[in-house]
Amino acid sequence: MKKLAFAAIALTFSSAAVADHAGAPTKGERVFRKCRSCHEVGEDAKYKVGPALNNLMGQQAGVLSGDKASKALKRAGELGMKWDLKTLEIFLRKPKALIPKTKMKFSGLKKHEDRANLIAYFQNLGAGEKPVKKDPTLSDAVLALVGDVEYGEYLASGCTTCHQADGSDQGLPSITGWPAPIFATAMHAYKTKDRENSVMQQQAGALDNEEIAALAAYFAGVTK
Amino acid sequence: MKFNRRVFVGAGVVAAASLTAPSVMGAARPRVVIVGGGAGGATAARYIAKDSKGAIDVVLIEPSRTYYTCFFSNLVLGGVRDFGSIGHTYGKLASEYGVNVVHDWAIGVDRDAKTVTTAGGDAISYDRLILSPGIDFRDGAVKGWDVTSQNKMPHAYKAGSQTQLLKAQIDAMPQGGTYAMVAPPNPFRCPPGPYERISMVAHTLKMHNPTAKILIIDPKPKFSKQGLFTDGWDRHYDGMIDLIGPEFGGKDPVVDPDAMTVTIDGEVTKVDVCNVIPAMKAGKIADIAGVTNDKGWAPVNAHDMSSKMYENVHILGDSSQQGDMPKSGFSANSQAKVCANAVRGALTGSKVFPAKFSNTCWSLIETDDGIKVGASYEATDEKIKKTSGFISKNGEDAGTRKATYEESVGWYNGITADMFG
Repeated sequence: MKKLAFAAIALTFSSAAVADHAGAPTKGERVFRKCRSCHEVGEDAKYKVGPALNNLMGQQAGVLSGDKASKALKRAGELGMKWDLKTLEIFLRKPKALIPKTKMKFSGLKKHEDRANLIAYFQNLGAGEKPVKKDPTLSDAVLALVGDVEYGEYLASGCTTCHQADGSDQGLPSITGWPAPIFATAMHAYKTKDRENSVMQQQAGALDNEEIAALAAYFAGVTK
Repeated sequence: MKFNRRVFVGAGVVAAASLTAPSVMGAARPRVVIVGGGAGGATAARYIAKDSKGAIDVVLIEPSRTYYTCFFSNLVLGGVRDFGSIGHTYGKLASEYGVNVVHDWAIGVDRDAKTVTTAGGDAISYDRLILSPGIDFRDGAVKGWDVTSQNKMPHAYKAGSQTQLLKAQIDAMPQGGTYAMVAPPNPFRCPPGPYERISMVAHTLKMHNPTAKILIIDPKPKFSKQGLFTDGWDRHYDGMIDLIGPEFGGKDPVVDPDAMTVTIDGEVTKVDVCNVIPAMKAGKIADIAGVTNDKGWAPVNAHDMSSKMYENVHILGDSSQQGDMPKSGFSANSQAKVCANAVRGALTGSKVFPAKFSNTCWSLIETDDGIKVGASYEATDEKIKKTSGFISKNGEDAGTRKATYEESVGWYNGITADMFG
């Protein structure tokens, strides 16, 4: 059974268009903005919603996430799947097409060009390229705030004007089910303008520390 | 976090709040009647029904079976989106949230008996009434135009058949023909709307009718995102668009729908399409309910969007006169959530949180060239007050502009899910 499953995956690889190598890392860095809500890169990169992606190329699937990896991804890795030009080209186009039970909520990059550039960026990261700007480190006092979930639910109605309440990605990142400290860090990064995007900077800028903690607490508890 | 005594009803006063809502004591559930199923009304209906978990009977009166959003209707005119993609129905509000959707016109409000009458002859009682009827046009606002001329000279400022009509007229323009827009005076629905429309008309003409001309006849000396639009028009549609402002007769044009002419400062111009967007006022039912002022809008308290004139009536969105927020779908949706929270608190004693408002308006100038403006607002005793804002800048790189457009598509999917479930 296991062998069969892997054979099916292998077949998909060989029949799919392989990424050409024309991708530009600088353009890929821009594409990577779509990933930054969940993935970090760079020296101090940590596991956020998903794993740090410094050394993605050549890795066995599921290894970077350690014990947080989905069963499906871990299994694919155990069956021999590695992140390379072919697998990334397929996965980035539509993650669920390759790993139907992946935990990654990203719907995929429709354009071949975007995928090629992003893959080039990942290749370059391995070669020691400078990473994108880091999120600020929150003080212990701010991180220790326990948000009021009920207030968070009310405030969350300001988020669901754009983001989907059910956690799906319909053009904007999924914001449900994030661990609270990661959610809070992202919101503070918009507030301090360390993260780009004027709408998010405006939204986060109108929230104080307790309100960000309330939102983080509420969204952490929203799962599909 | 600042809690103002007036807006924050904490757990300690829940009991007191319940006492002022006798309907929860009896057998009958309190009822909220909402008139108008757009960005304000549909959002309010969904949130009150969802968050009260059946404790409040929500009735939504909306004549249309299918609601076409005004936002993104300009993209339909430009051929960037198809018409069907901006249509939405109320089935989920009924089936998943238990909202009683009444497809009828509200034609009367009895504030003493607390009933709304419909064209179909029903009298529906309410504990709270929320009016979100959008806009209507002022009689005689554009000389020569009235509602009987809207087939020859469409407004397309309430989306639906008018959108389809205007698009068909643009597509049928003779080569080298003229599209004219009579733009509205302030205040009006969607401040960047007429100018995004100009952009989208130019987009489609550039492809199919490149020698055509666009004429904007505008009573205002300046308009929303003007610098961004005119920069974009210069870059994409050089020489195609002429703007006639108030100093050159833009203030009081005269139209003749039979002759298809516009007279500006005494000079008669023959046009092929004439998009007349007249001056606006609150939707008629606000007037009937007696909550409008001499300017034609409904003044509201910022903390809960309640009428400044009568108790137990709230007004959302374009019809309301609330202060600093622009009349937009985003604003109406934002106001609806504040109102829903306050109304639920008043009727069931649930916790009422402080009002917080925000708005963002995206506009598309040309394929993948999107711009945006946005702000945050707070409630004061006087009005909804702007606290800070942002706007796109000229000279942004193509990637940023493309990302802005893609963000607007994500927002469209978000707000329509927030309205209709």
